[in-house]
Amino acid sequence: MRPFVFERPTNISAAVALVSSFADGRAPTQADVQFIAGGTNLADYMKLGVARPRRLVDLNDLSEPALRQIRISDGTIRFGALVRMGEAADRGDVKRHCPLLAESLKFAASAQIRNMASLAGNVLQRTRCEYFRETSWPCNKRVPGSGCAAMEGLNRQHAVLGTSDACIATYHGDFAQALIALDAVVDVEGRHGTRQIRFAKLHQLPGDTPDVETDLAADEVITAINVPFSEWSRRSRYLKIRDRESYAFALASAAVALDMDGDTVRQARIALGGVATVPWRARLAEEALVGKRLDQSAAETAADAAFAEAKPRRHNEFKVPLGKRTLVRALIETRDMKV
Amino acid sequence: MNQAAPAPKENMGNPIPRVDAGLKVTGQAGYPADLAVANVAYGVLATSNIAKGRISALRLDKARAMPGVLDIVSVGDMDGVDKPKFGNTGASSIGPLHDRTIFHDGQIIALVVAETFEAAEEGAMQISADYTQETPSASFDSAGAEMEPAAGKSPLFKEDVNAGDFEAAYSTAAVKIDQTYSTPTQHHNPIELFSTTAMWQGDKLTIYEPSQNVTGWKIELARQLNIDPVNVRIVSPYIGGAFGSKGPMTARTAIVAVAARRVRRPVRCVVSRMQAFNTQTYRAETRHRIRIGAGKDGRITAFAHEGWEVTSRPDPYVVGGTSATGRMYDYGSVLTRVSLVHADRNTPGYMRSPPETPYVYALENAMDEMAVALGMDPVQFRRINEPQKEPIGGKPFSSRSLINCYDQAAEAFGWSTRDPAVGSMRDGDWLVGMGCATAIYPTAAAPCAARVRLTADGQVRVQCGSHEIGTGVRTVAAQMAAERLGVDIDKVAVEMGDSALPPAPVSGGSISTASVCSAVLKACEAVREKLFVAAAGNDGPLAGSGNAKLDMTNEKVVTETGKSAKLADVFKAMQIGAIEEYAEFAPNGSSPEALKKLYAGQAEFHGGDQDKDSVKYAFGAEFVEVRINSYTREIRVPRMVGAFAAGRIMNTRTARSQLMGGMIWGIGQALHEATEIDQRHARYVNRDLQDYLVPVNADIKAVDVILVPEVDHEVNPAGVKGLGELGNVGTAAAVASAVYHATGRRIRDLPIRIDDLIT
Repeated sequence: MRPFVFERPTNISAAVALVSSFADGRAPTQADVQFIAGGTNLADYMKLGVARPRRLVDLNDLSEPALRQIRISDGTIRFGALVRMGEAADRGDVKRHCPLLAESLKFAASAQIRNMASLAGNVLQRTRCEYFRETSWPCNKRVPGSGCAAMEGLNRQHAVLGTSDACIATYHGDFAQALIALDAVVDVEGRHGTRQIRFAKLHQLPGDTPDVETDLAADEVITAINVPFSEWSRRSRYLKIRDRESYAFALASAAVALDMDGDTVRQARIALGGVATVPWRARLAEEALVGKRLDQSAAETAADAAFAEAKPRRHNEFKVPLGKRTLVRALIETRDMKV
Repeated sequence: MNQAAPAPKENMGNPIPRVDAGLKVTGQAGYPADLAVANVAYGVLATSNIAKGRISALRLDKARAMPGVLDIVSVGDMDGVDKPKFGNTGASSIGPLHDRTIFHDGQIIALVVAETFEAAEEGAMQISADYTQETPSASFDSAGAEMEPAAGKSPLFKEDVNAGDFEAAYSTAAVKIDQTYSTPTQHHNPIELFSTTAMWQGDKLTIYEPSQNVTGWKIELARQLNIDPVNVRIVSPYIGGAFGSKGPMTARTAIVAVAARRVRRPVRCVVSRMQAFNTQTYRAETRHRIRIGAGKDGRITAFAHEGWEVTSRPDPYVVGGTSATGRMYDYGSVLTRVSLVHADRNTPGYMRSPPETPYVYALENAMDEMAVALGMDPVQFRRINEPQKEPIGGKPFSSRSLINCYDQAAEAFGWSTRDPAVGSMRDGDWLVGMGCATAIYPTAAAPCAARVRLTADGQVRVQCGSHEIGTGVRTVAAQMAAERLGVDIDKVAVEMGDSALPPAPVSGGSISTASVCSAVLKACEAVREKLFVAAAGNDGPLAGSGNAKLDMTNEKVVTETGKSAKLADVFKAMQIGAIEEYAEFAPNGSSPEALKKLYAGQAEFHGGDQDKDSVKYAFGAEFVEVRINSYTREIRVPRMVGAFAAGRIMNTRTARSQLMGGMIWGIGQALHEATEIDQRHARYVNRDLQDYLVPVNADIKAVDVILVPEVDHEVNPAGVKGLGELGNVGTAAAVASAVYHATGRRIRDLPIRIDDLIT
């Protein structure tokens, strides 16, 4: 393990000041200084030599109480950035207002990891692409410009949506799919003050720069995640399909919320996991459903729209039919929810 | 009694809790890397990231300059050390630091020794090498892979078995199939990581390392280091999962010993999960072609099994499971052929039921296909082809309870409720499938020595250089001694896992219970004999009981007429405080050299198909129900039933646990486990438990293990058939059978995943 400096600031502005004084203008994933909260992803990648920060700024001693609180008011759930996944998954009011939030957390990782991982850290988790994880392979995300071993390699786990010629690594998170479906907004604090970012704008497509993963600057820290909810977000769920029953990443998942007028869709919110390079809002599928009677055929039409642009590779062709069926099943199951 | 502790039936011992259970669940059991060592330095391996070529330059300067780095052992530093040998005790002939040739990805290129683990790890990361690279051959279909017949290449696989005229019988068979099957690369992934701790005291070397073969390793390590075996001690008190991976010694052990000698202090090297995939053994991928011909009545007339196995470039590791599949049923004619394919890979090795897992998977999947082709119930198909004698040599089975196992498992499973029509059974959105398959494992035993001491106060100490790999061998050895010496099991202490103890064979091939218990039994008989002579002698407390048969119970010597003498009184009459007996057991048919070979770490196996008078196997029948989502196609296994007969069951608790664990592993083999190889580079890419999936608790629902009573006095004095490797044989085929029943899809290549069923 490389030696590194471990900083423990006690409030947000001190943390931002610390990072600002060491940030070197590079993308946060490449910077010498990085934030750490639960550490369930970063510590792993430091052990593997994938992440090699010289300085870690630990967020666990920050004293602002709101960072650890879940507040529900005026149609918004506000999750403090340091709330642990397990705590959010177990909250009765979160389950009641937005079942898909709780389900996306409950089906992620293991109980032990959920008890450590922070919500903000969770949405910023990095890909588990096998070629990214091991430093001896070329990887444009890890070492910009070095190439991509997955493109013509073993890519069963890889993305079919949002890919580029530089990167096909999947974004593996679950919670982010629920957040993007519900149009969440994140609160951010950096050396230039505070700002809000729509969740849909937080992650960036790999394009030519897969090492740049988010809109955040290296000195910016997420302080809260705001999720608007309404009466109809009670009709929502997260369906996750994986090789084994627990503790596995999604081969395909679907986060669905439906605003129904009888059998007819007033509004649909759809996000797809396990199949895309970033949290993936399937807007074409949503539009295909608006004003339609939600039956098997309408669901299939929406699923076709969601995957119209899919670019499968040698080992992940099955993700297209699987992704579609996962979405169809999620739509029908959500339609049939008793709320 | 409860589910974990089944009530013993005929010829079964009590479900005594494991003698080390408390230590294990409270974290007090000392695994080799946990044992405290003063002044220890830490070693971390640096490994190659190419699979074939030569090291042209090794850059060590940055690592040497790291604070805390003490030494680096690399190519050229093994002067005076002999290369490893491939065989029962050596995993591979590759001596990674003996020359600059790279034989496989992840080959050891250096060991960095430092004051702390962290410094050693960082030092290892700083090492880089330049290579003259060649294009490697990854597997079966790679350019440059070399195929050869397996027969005669390994002492464990002398010849292909054949009987009758297969071609003639097959060509005229009324119903036949001709199919190919495959199993993937698999790694054991025991949760306890591999490690070596080496300590020198003058000329004497002590190694702490998880090992299934302390005696064999002592001899082999001494040979490599050119020192007297008397000066080598291997200590392995507890093992956190082995499954064959800790059977053969790897090149690392000698390298760490050399490092400890150079830095003049103990060195401990714990291998990372990733590095273990390449520096330890594994189950190589296999391919099979099976042809079966039968009459319309379902009687098989022709059976052919051809197998192909991958091995490393230099070593002919072969499993050759045709010796078991060729004897499974009453085939009429048998043709088998096994081929090896040499590729640029690390050398494979033993992994739980090495031959049977892949070969019986292929056979049983084919049997299920044949039953479908015949329109016959798969259980009935097996019943019709149940042999009186094995078809290769015409020898009888010492015992064979397969049909009994099928009957009991089928009833418990509710096989009669199965609608044989494909895709006919549903539960809401879920397709229901039911399947079955046969489990078989050869029953062997090997020479073994044990020392038993009984003191006047009824305390017993059993010493045997066998290994507690999680099977419960310590417990059953204690049970055997307690039963024969008539004391409570709490009074028996068992010492194992140390090459300073009386030698035992490798803990592999499911031989340990039979071999260890037979040796312990023999030593106990000698103790009893001394006590009986003294007790019934002229000055003994039972003087005058003549030739009455004596026994021991409740710390007493008792006569069949009801007279008894306390142990203490017998000892008093003998004027001694303890009796200690050293016994050497050798199975029937052992060669005159058998015991000599035991002490040389090369214990010979007897039993299975090797004996003159009979063949010896344990059998089982496994039934599996799968549920497959009709839409998204994920596969789940809500319940399994296995019935197994394995001679004398020493302990119903540990036996059930072994069989259940095997069946659960079978789920992993059917649905999850596969080491993925990047064919371009001959490199493994999923070298961790994130991507190498094994079942978790949520995947395993009801697992019902039925122990079927069986008496077999022929197998060994203890009457025990090993069962540690029985439970996982057949499971994957039963799952494949159930998947076919649910979906009509016959999946012949493992693992069976959503990918296979979604389109």
